[in-house]
Amino acid sequence: MKEKLAETGRKMNAVRLPFLEQTLVAREARAGVYYVLPAVLLLLVFLVTPVILAFTLGFTDARLSSPNPIQMTGMDNFSQLLKVAKLDMQQASGDENDLYDKVREQTKPNSGSEYEGMQILSESVSDDKKSGSYILAGDPLFWKSLKNTLYFALIVAPLQGGFALLLALLVNSKLKGRVFFRTVYFLPVVTSMVVVSILWLFMYEESGLVNVVLGSVIPGYQPISFLGNTTTAMPAIMVMSIWQGVGFHMLIWLSGLQTIPGELYEAAKVDGANSLKQFQHVTWPGLRKTFIFILVTISIAALGLFTQINVMTQGGPLDSTTTLVYHAYREGFRNQRIGYSSAIAIAFFAIVVTVSIVQRRLTRDRD
Amino acid sequence: MAGETIHKKREKGKTMRRVTSLVAIAVVSGLALTGCSSSSSAEPTKVTMWSHAAGNEQEIATVEEAIKDFNASQTDYKVVLEKFPQESYNDSIAAAATSDTLPCIVDVDGPIMPNWAWAGYMKPISISSELENSLLAGAKGYYNGELYSAGAWDAALGILTRASYLEAIGARVPTVDAPWTQAEFDKVLADLDASGDFDYAIDWGNGWTGEWFPYAYSPLLQSFGGDLIDRDTFESADGVVNGAEAVAFGEWFQGTFSKGYANKKQTGDRTEFVNGTIAIQYNGNWAVKDAYDKYGDDLLILPPVDFGNGPKIGAASWQFGVSSSCGETESAGANAFIEYILQDKYIVAFANRIGLIPATAAASAEVPNYAPGGAFAGFVDFSNDFAVKRPETPAYLFISSAFEKAVADIINGADVQRSLDTAADAIDGDLADNNYYK
Repeated sequence: MKEKLAETGRKMNAVRLPFLEQTLVAREARAGVYYVLPAVLLLLVFLVTPVILAFTLGFTDARLSSPNPIQMTGMDNFSQLLKVAKLDMQQASGDENDLYDKVREQTKPNSGSEYEGMQILSESVSDDKKSGSYILAGDPLFWKSLKNTLYFALIVAPLQGGFALLLALLVNSKLKGRVFFRTVYFLPVVTSMVVVSILWLFMYEESGLVNVVLGSVIPGYQPISFLGNTTTAMPAIMVMSIWQGVGFHMLIWLSGLQTIPGELYEAAKVDGANSLKQFQHVTWPGLRKTFIFILVTISIAALGLFTQINVMTQGGPLDSTTTLVYHAYREGFRNQRIGYSSAIAIAFFAIVVTVSIVQRRLTRDRD
Repeated sequence: MAGETIHKKREKGKTMRRVTSLVAIAVVSGLALTGCSSSSSAEPTKVTMWSHAAGNEQEIATVEEAIKDFNASQTDYKVVLEKFPQESYNDSIAAAATSDTLPCIVDVDGPIMPNWAWAGYMKPISISSELENSLLAGAKGYYNGELYSAGAWDAALGILTRASYLEAIGARVPTVDAPWTQAEFDKVLADLDASGDFDYAIDWGNGWTGEWFPYAYSPLLQSFGGDLIDRDTFESADGVVNGAEAVAFGEWFQGTFSKGYANKKQTGDRTEFVNGTIAIQYNGNWAVKDAYDKYGDDLLILPPVDFGNGPKIGAASWQFGVSSSCGETESAGANAFIEYILQDKYIVAFANRIGLIPATAAASAEVPNYAPGGAFAGFVDFSNDFAVKRPETPAYLFISSAFEKAVADIINGADVQRSLDTAADAIDGDLADNNYYK
């Protein structure tokens, strides 16, 4: 086929038909436009428009449902989102609640103070309870969400990528039944995250499967309510997310592995390299491009953590699993504050872009 | 040779293009056709209706039956139904309002109605005063003194347990006239917990999320003497949702979890009571059928606890209303249909099929379970004696969200005063942001 085309090209060159050539080029260009048109239209409607809308709405007080006209509020949303202040309080009595009451006098709506509308993000109270130092934030949930999101991404990205590589190496070897294993590892990926989340919700229960299994293996084990505990909720969600997503990245590693020519391994063997050395000097360098792709996609997916939270914990217990996307969703749809929710989305966008750029810088080809 | 091929290709290209444009025209005109709803004068006026009950077969079946009968009963109007799953229904309405494609008849959850009316999604309905007067208070929705919605049923909350459980711990069976006091209830929970027969003494239903939280737990708050917002002005929640009474509610409620009487991380299926691993279930009347089928006459449907200000339960469920984008003729049809579906015959059908409380006394008498002396008649009494509506203000959507968050945090051991303060400040901030929803 290729040769035929090349031949036609050569013949055309030989004949030299400038008019025909031109129309051909023009027609190809037009055909090209037709081909990309559907994709461009879809992207315009479902990607570009929402992005433009989000960027515009982020600077307004738009509500999900309201008869009041939308007003531009400038940077108000962002100042609420990002505002952080330190407040020191002194008092005579030794009651911690009095200190808190004094802080709330300042932060209450309509207090007229510069701290109006802020809430306590963290605090340190002296031992005699007579003075305290408070970190106030315009939106403490945003900072908590940011922390949880980064925590999730920092743990999940390397673990999921690493496990996926391990699985890819396993199913890439000439084991019997490797197709079966590939399918099994890939199964969770094709299962909807909502379904997976609901199933694991039951498995993580105090009397659920995970506790029963652990109880039968570890003597004297006390069942834990994994999702009901501030320290275990996020790790539990991480484990489930990795389990669900690992198959997809295994497949990508696998495709990377299969692009490495077999001759390289043969040559390495001839040079007496053992399998560890082979991995170090042949496999890993050969997977460089795949590695970058996987790093970036896992990071972005991890930063966008939402479904699991929405189904399993709704951000709880005590905000230990709230994430940026979940926070934006809650503000926009439950609290009807579309403008503010868009501002969160813009902040989220900035964070994701920054992370991606940093990753690109760090992994930029040295050669 | 080459020229010939190209020529052929070109011809093919032309026909291809012609085919694509034909397809495009067909698609576009198809869209246009479905979008247009012109009708000649002889045809009945089309009245569109949206329902939240997709997937709830029994409820939808009754709605469809009423529509079929209504369409057959006259020739002026034709009601056309579109079904939505409950989870996405409210969002669909908000989206439709934005794009001005609201249906004529809408389904609306009682406490949300004032928000929709304020947002301009809905307009007042007109039904005969005779019908209006016969409906339970919980089946009617008023905003600014006008009737905006009416429904075929109400729901009620109660405490489900078994006579044999109470007997075993020697507890008194409470009645509507003499409900449990806080002290009595505390002892019941402690004794059930100490019996060792159950994983937990009570299932509060905290595995459910969203509107369930304010629906189920704000009546407890009200029984303690607190409320969600100052109902005189509807302009502040400070001192009401976080006052001393509210804190007393929070501390007590938190205690039932910290003492191990209830599970902090309950799952949403709530099968424990029927399975016998939890002794008491706090639930709505819609859930009673399964328990009754399992335990029969041993099942007790008890009034909620009196925490000092009498037992309270939430009122108002899903109701029917008319959207503001409904034209004049269509509106007449919509009102006629709402009157039609609120006939006792359909109210009885709803009650029999989905187990909710009939909206009229006459219908109640025809439903065996809810008729005086019936197995679930207790709920009708609770509804009559203890029902409190969630605050009828457009701010309710936000109040509901803030209260849900506060209670969820309290369940998980957060400082009660601070959680409620956060809710109060958030509600007051939202009220100010929205110019007090005027």
